[in-house]
Amino acid sequence: MARIIAGVTSSHVPAIGAAIDLKKTEEPYWKRVFSGFEKSKEWMANAKPDVVIAVYNDHASAFSVELIPTFALGCAAEFPPADEGWGPRPVPVVKGHPALASHIAQSVILDEFDLTIVNKMQVDHGLTVPLNLMFGSPAQWPCPVIPLAVNVVMYPPPTGHRCYMLGRAIRKAVQSYPEDLRVVVMGTGGMSHQISGPRAGLINSKFDKAYLDGLSRDPKKLTRISHLEFMREAGAEGIEMVMWLIMRGALDDRVKEVYRFYTVPASNTAVGHIILENLPHKTKSRAPAPVRGSASKGKRAAAHDAKQVVVRSKR
Amino acid sequence: MTAAKEQAPEKEYDDIPGTFVFDADRSRQGYHLNMFCMSLMRAENRKAFKENEASYLDRFALTPEQREAILKRDYNRMLELGGNIYFTAKLGATDGHSFQHIAAVMTGATQEDYAKMMLSGGRSVEGNRSKSGRDAPAKPAIRKAAGKSAAKARVKSSPRPVAKRNKKAGSKRG
Repeated sequence: MARIIAGVTSSHVPAIGAAIDLKKTEEPYWKRVFSGFEKSKEWMANAKPDVVIAVYNDHASAFSVELIPTFALGCAAEFPPADEGWGPRPVPVVKGHPALASHIAQSVILDEFDLTIVNKMQVDHGLTVPLNLMFGSPAQWPCPVIPLAVNVVMYPPPTGHRCYMLGRAIRKAVQSYPEDLRVVVMGTGGMSHQISGPRAGLINSKFDKAYLDGLSRDPKKLTRISHLEFMREAGAEGIEMVMWLIMRGALDDRVKEVYRFYTVPASNTAVGHIILENLPHKTKSRAPAPVRGSASKGKRAAAHDAKQVVVRSKR
Repeated sequence: MTAAKEQAPEKEYDDIPGTFVFDADRSRQGYHLNMFCMSLMRAENRKAFKENEASYLDRFALTPEQREAILKRDYNRMLELGGNIYFTAKLGATDGHSFQHIAAVMTGATQEDYAKMMLSGGRSVEGNRSKSGRDAPAKPAIRKAAGKSAAKARVKSSPRPVAKRNKKAGSKRG
């Protein structure tokens, strides 16, 4: 049985990709950003997922205004990096997992999430920057990646609640996949930023930090944030943080926060990052919601699981 | 009352200052403008556009206002007329400009001043929530934890440092 072991969120600022590609990561401005992901790369190397499901948004690369799917699941065998105007990023081709992806598509559609299936798609910095942050710059990505593209370009994106519920449906889908796979779900984008109009440059660290807290401890509260509140408080483009709730919905209700990082700015954006692990399940369960009862026991077990414990970064 | 029918309904997000939300109306209005920007993803199109901007624009069903905004590189006006930032940024890239440069232009600041503002924590949300003066967030779902410090911050003047940082300029592609 496949299972989701952890969730990771990270900003996907294009300038971070540029800094990697142009070898600027040692410059003080960028070192401040990249140093926050050193522990994360260690964590990922230990976690060794068999598959990553990466929730991200396309930035007018694969989808123009001709076609705007709200949720689009990549079911192809591979996804080449897109040319975003400077030539494709020098990163490996993303290999998909067509069997698991099409299983997820079938399962969530029967669960009433009418997503779009994509069998040919290029992926832009929205997907490849977080892969760099978590895996570094290897010659090949160490595992297959299933891209889930969410429309956050044209208003309205799906609501935070809808995203959270889709995450739950994805959890159920993964748990009903027969092969023994360990899956990490990534939510990307955010945190507060506005890059359009005279209000560009908006940052709201208080909102961001409360959002990180909520993600860890009370995600249902976050599902009640309206689009208006996202745009008012976190900037017009900060609304893309709804994508993080797909990741969160895919995890158990109670999770262990193992790492967090926050810094301002990367170019125009507040960079936020969190790693949440599912607590070890005592018994294998098919349905996605036991947790409450067995959580404290799980938590104690998790506390003893020393090799996974990573130091908490500055809050 | 009948006149009200003709008017577009007031959108609650129009109350956010300095912001053009790319909604269904703008998407419809800006379709050709955005498709023009999208065409600049191809090198041969960028070349043709640079050689003769006006004649290249004839390929697209733009309104006179949209044409003018493009030719003048009036990025705010493009957004107002249905452009989307992820698309108009491709026009900026064609001119050799970074995202941060375009953002600075839209705020009326030099890129240097804008970058400085970002390094010192960005534009504060205080005083930038609402045109109508309803600056306090209404029934927030998330700000319970932050409420106390927000009230304190309102007294202070805007941008304030958020975290330790180094004073170096950002990337070109930023």
